[in-house]
Amino acid sequence: MKALGAGPLPVFERNAVAFRNQWWVLLSGVAEPILYLLGMGLGLGGLVGDVKLEAHLVSYPVFVAAGLMASSAMNGAIFESTFNFFFKMKETHTIDAMLYTPLRMRDVLLGEVGWSVARGGVYSAMFLVIALAFGTIESWWAALSLPSAILIAIVFSSMGTFFTTYVRTWADFDLMQLAILPMFMCSTTFFPLSVYPGWAHPIVQATPLYNGVALIRDLHTGLVGWHDVGHVLYLVLMGVLFAWLTIRRMSNLFFA
Amino acid sequence: MWAVVDRPLVAEGLTKHFGEFVAVDGISFSVEPGQTFGVLGPNGAGKSSTMKMVSTVSPRTGGCLQVFGLDPETDGRQIRSRLGVVPQEDILDVDLTARENLMIYQRYFGVPWKQTRAKADQLLDFMQLGDRGDSKVEPLSGGMKRRLTIARALVNDPEMLLLDEPTTGLDPQARHLLWERLYRLKEQGVTLLLTTHYMDEAEQLADRLVIMDNGVIVAEGSPSELISKHTTREVVELRFDDDEHNAAGLAQVASEAGLRIDELPDRHLVYANDGDALITHLRASGVHPLGTYVRRSSLEDVFLTLTGRSLVE
Repeated sequence: MKALGAGPLPVFERNAVAFRNQWWVLLSGVAEPILYLLGMGLGLGGLVGDVKLEAHLVSYPVFVAAGLMASSAMNGAIFESTFNFFFKMKETHTIDAMLYTPLRMRDVLLGEVGWSVARGGVYSAMFLVIALAFGTIESWWAALSLPSAILIAIVFSSMGTFFTTYVRTWADFDLMQLAILPMFMCSTTFFPLSVYPGWAHPIVQATPLYNGVALIRDLHTGLVGWHDVGHVLYLVLMGVLFAWLTIRRMSNLFFA
Repeated sequence: MWAVVDRPLVAEGLTKHFGEFVAVDGISFSVEPGQTFGVLGPNGAGKSSTMKMVSTVSPRTGGCLQVFGLDPETDGRQIRSRLGVVPQEDILDVDLTARENLMIYQRYFGVPWKQTRAKADQLLDFMQLGDRGDSKVEPLSGGMKRRLTIARALVNDPEMLLLDEPTTGLDPQARHLLWERLYRLKEQGVTLLLTTHYMDEAEQLADRLVIMDNGVIVAEGSPSELISKHTTREVVELRFDDDEHNAAGLAQVASEAGLRIDELPDRHLVYANDGDALITHLRASGVHPLGTYVRRSSLEDVFLTLTGRSLVE
């Protein structure tokens, strides 16, 4: 009896081999949050002063850097799991070719999601180094911000993949931008929750990016509490939910 | 029972529905080890749906299907590990080079990295792509892409190779090269299951074939059996001017001799064992065609006889 494939790993490897010719996309992934950190954090920060987080005062660059680290995890994961996954699924049918081998749908999806999580994780790790260099890390708790960023990447990667299964043409991705951009701007990345009117608080707090930003901000500042367990639980649940939905949906789509 | 299990492919009353649409309507056939089995039919006959069920990526709606004695529904991975699939579209990995395509595909079958390079180079040579290993997919010609797709389907040394319209869209030279390579695989003992809508391809390659139309099998046998059973030795093609007199004369001669006529938009086909004798007889009876052409009958004629319409659409 021949060996039956190698699980999700070869799918991850396929993406790594293809990526060797595109490594420079990492530059844009790290340049963007640095520009925001310089422009918003240091530039605007001079005008804004400190931000009040519960009972504590946090300098504006520290406040913004945490938001940008969470966002870079989101951006890396979303880019891979939407545009690149769509290309492989609908344009080149690389996914179909994989399914003629012993790979199962869950191997393919785990490999694909794993790859986009890796990209989000690398973006966040690079940004964490830069945040350290700019002196916006104030606590040893920040060591946990990288695993947290990976958790954020898992959530957005499985959500992005799920969304992509419904995409018909490239134009549909504009709908996604309509969700991603407001979330990037309003998930307390740049302004604390207290600036929003009371009725808007639950809306902001329901977004996955808000939970990620709040978690990483607590870890960077050391203002860690039990509510962070809530953020982690929320992110884990979202990740599991969308991973399950995606596997179900893809099986229906491909094994028709 | 032993003999049934030993066959690489057995289908019994196999059906496939897509909602209301019936793509495959209860077909039964079996393939012997080492055989080249052809499925001939026009577009929409149900060939690709059948191939997809055999390659385990599409569940059957009803009937029985055994591949290597296993059930595609429950043993998909085991079946796929012993199967090579050449889908209708090339679907090569455009982000990779030709060699990387073959190396990564071996990884999908669980081959350790270290062994992938040698096998990739061996397959590139076999498919006459030895000097194209470092090329990306896009610059390759249509024939080269097809050969690379076949090379990719061979990475696991499959016991059975499925080819869905392998030469559609290729120029004659590329087709002949491909046929020659497929013939070599057959000599090596690989079972081939191929769909086609070219009768010359089926005649060249298939030991045995089924003709499908509208989801059902309308005939089965070896190419020569089918021709001798369903049509005459020769076919006479006649072209007339618009004069009704000639067509009427032809109809009378044919009915007297018990010959069948197919009336196509541009010509009449008459099925006869001796074409030249028929033409002489027609002229003597006052029928004067503008042009005549006598040829050996082919699978196209079998198809026309069985369904009343032309095969290539």
